[in-house]
Amino acid sequence: MTEPVLETRGITKHFGALVASDAVSLDLHAGEIHAVIGPNGAGKSTLIAQICGALTPDAGTVHLEGQDVTALSTAERAEAGIARTFQISSLAMEDTVLQNTMLGALGAAGKRPSLFRPILRDRALRALAEAALEQVGLAERRAVRVADLSHGQRRQLEVAVALAQAPKAFVMDEPMAGLGTSGTHDLTALLDGLRTQAPILLVEHDMDAVFALADRISVLVYGRIIATGSVEDIRRDSAVRDAYLGDAA
Amino acid sequence: MMRERHLNLILLAGLLAIPVWAWITDEPFTITLATRVAILALAGVGLNIALGLGGLVSLGHAAFFGIGGYAMGILASHAQNYDPIFTTPFLFEGTKSMPVIWLTAIVMGGIAALLIGLISLRTSGVYFIMITLAFGQMFYFFSISWPAYGGEDGLSIWVRNGFPGLNTLDPIQFFALCFVLLLLALGLHWTLARSGFGLALNAARQSEARVEAAGLTPFRLRLVAFVISGMVTALAGALFADLNRFVSPTMFAWQMSGEIMVFIILGGVARLCGPVAGAALFITLEHWLGGVSDYWHVFLGALLLLVVLFARGGLIGALVKKEPAHD
Amino acid sequence: MSLILLIEQVLNGLQLGVMLFLMAAGLTLVFGVMGLINLAHGSLYMIGAFAAAAVAGATGSFLLALVAALAAAAAAGAIVELVVIRRLYDRDHLDQVLATFALILIFSEGTRYIFGSFPLYLSIPDYLSGPVSLPGGIQYPLYRLTLIGIGLAVAVGLFLLISRTRLGVQIRAGEADREMVAALGVDISKLYTIVFALGAALAGLAGALVGTIQSVQVGMGEPVLILAFVVIVIGGIGSIKGALIGALLVGLTDTLGGVLLPELFKLFMDASSASSTGSALASMLIYLLMAAVLFWKPKGLFGGAA
Repeated sequence: MTEPVLETRGITKHFGALVASDAVSLDLHAGEIHAVIGPNGAGKSTLIAQICGALTPDAGTVHLEGQDVTALSTAERAEAGIARTFQISSLAMEDTVLQNTMLGALGAAGKRPSLFRPILRDRALRALAEAALEQVGLAERRAVRVADLSHGQRRQLEVAVALAQAPKAFVMDEPMAGLGTSGTHDLTALLDGLRTQAPILLVEHDMDAVFALADRISVLVYGRIIATGSVEDIRRDSAVRDAYLGDAA
Repeated sequence: MMRERHLNLILLAGLLAIPVWAWITDEPFTITLATRVAILALAGVGLNIALGLGGLVSLGHAAFFGIGGYAMGILASHAQNYDPIFTTPFLFEGTKSMPVIWLTAIVMGGIAALLIGLISLRTSGVYFIMITLAFGQMFYFFSISWPAYGGEDGLSIWVRNGFPGLNTLDPIQFFALCFVLLLLALGLHWTLARSGFGLALNAARQSEARVEAAGLTPFRLRLVAFVISGMVTALAGALFADLNRFVSPTMFAWQMSGEIMVFIILGGVARLCGPVAGAALFITLEHWLGGVSDYWHVFLGALLLLVVLFARGGLIGALVKKEPAHD
Repeated sequence: MSLILLIEQVLNGLQLGVMLFLMAAGLTLVFGVMGLINLAHGSLYMIGAFAAAAVAGATGSFLLALVAALAAAAAAGAIVELVVIRRLYDRDHLDQVLATFALILIFSEGTRYIFGSFPLYLSIPDYLSGPVSLPGGIQYPLYRLTLIGIGLAVAVGLFLLISRTRLGVQIRAGEADREMVAALGVDISKLYTIVFALGAALAGLAGALVGTIQSVQVGMGEPVLILAFVVIVIGGIGSIKGALIGALLVGLTDTLGGVLLPELFKLFMDASSASSTGSALASMLIYLLMAAVLFWKPKGLFGGAA
């Protein structure tokens, strides 16, 4: 088996008496979408925070292409190739769609931003950003301020910014949050095509989207992974049914 | 309603035309007022780089303004007394040359901003406001209690410093110098705002998490902005001292920090020429209302209160229509 | 330097510390409960001092003067809260800074208009003047000792108020979660006015008490305000305990530094340059203390705790 692109090895995080992550080991391989599901309070946000660098695990390590990145900051991990999207859109609301996407491209460039060169005239970065906008279907809206976008378009833009980072792995925190049926449908199609560019670790509540997209699913309950397997495996797993899926499956 | 760019041109043309007219009609006092506007606007442009682009509410920019002033005062006083600043390990003498003084002011302002920024930028929000205010006050008390350069009384410089090829004693020529420096600083702000650095800095103000997730460090971006900001304000301080041929601890006073911020607010936050409009309005009010009443600060306070509560875009915001932050 | 002198300076430091606490407590409460940074807190200190000086001048009674200081500052605080401050709660800090800066200009010039530019003097009442003998043969001014006593009493009262009373429960709830307080059926805008007036009264009291050992003049409030900011930054915003510890630290550091540093420099410098270098450095000491605390604890000593 080839080396995973992104991997956590036994990461554990306590908040006082609460165990938010209990020896979580996950891996993400090239070309796949690996979904992490679990009830509210299962520790999904804490897990993402540790993978992306906002929290340091008490024990365990995070690896990107075999390199231990546990000691790196959020920004350094992003530079190393982890691109994340946020559950609640975190965008520069006063700036335009293109400016936000350029920010991702700027991160992809991996060097300190220039103080003097006009960013929008940087052909290479601009090409990255425009391609990302094209791919998510926001190219027409490049000059619109984020504040004037619909909720669904902001979710698309979240993906575009991450895409412009030309990452090695995506970590997506509930990209479908707050989307209606058609929005979910469009974004599902978009993510489906994205896995060939970089694998996606997908934390998501929308089960239809998860079952449609995931190559593998891990189920997180009380900070522990109770099962990992294909969509069919998870649907059939009795522990998962008891702990979580219940009537959803 | 008009475009911001046009209003900026009108503002700057006005700031140039008034002293030129005063020069033709031989009214040197008006030229001096216009010079004050240009210098204070320059100090405001410095703060605006931190405040407007970076969202850094620094209430301690008087520190940099005063450092610039004292850079001028110390260098020029040693030069006029023919007394070297120090002799070991090498001979370091004072100077009456503006370019050297400006460079010294910029470097010293930058170093101070680096040190203050390293500590205060670890915090945010109200902490940042209080800490920058406190550091400003530290310089104020230090300048009062340090007797070598006049302590509370300050330092007087007998003759304005020189600039190669110009007669700086001629008000219109000194104004021209200040005006050109103001234009350069505005150009710097404009360039920074359009650069990748400016994009990231401005984004960090709106969503810190997003900027980090894109692989950039907000702390570093803000530190760079704060240092550049301190440098520009220090340059303004050196000019201000040269205009008055006097420097004293009041340049370090917290009221000065407040006033520099007021210029930006009266003009319009994050507007390129906000500090120019604000400083012009401030000096005009000071001149007119100051003539009407000794208590003109009451009116200034009331006006400021009204602007903050009811007209948040300031003068420029009231005159131009909304545009994208930078296109 | 003798031990007696040192003890005297420690007492002076305590006295400065408790007065700073009176200022800082109001500031930190207002920030903790309402999330507001109030630059005009120094103006309330000034109003207290002027009210005390005016009433003392008219009646000759120091107690009446103190009552007037409390009442005038609380009233000014309540009015300002009702007219201006409450429009600022949901604004950003920049707007709060500017609006309260504007209030400083209005209050300062207004006071100058009413009372003129010359300083007023408040005298210490006879029954509090003169020195007392402390154990160890130390002679210390009774008035300053009284200040320490009043300051500590207010600190105790404030702790009791916050931990034992209904108002205290509401204040603590307000620090934790604004919406929850409203949901509990507390009249939030009344609570805010009361908290603001309480903070103002403490500042006014400090102004009147300090006004007797310094002169009463326009602009007296802002240096104290900035010191109080240093106190809050050191102690941690929103924490009354932090404000007390921070205030005592700042008071002691500032007072002792001013005395001890020049002495220290005399060990390796001639007397006159030692005293100038020492006092120049001493003037920076509390800010260096603040920087050091922030370096280790960016949220202050008791930051995060309400």
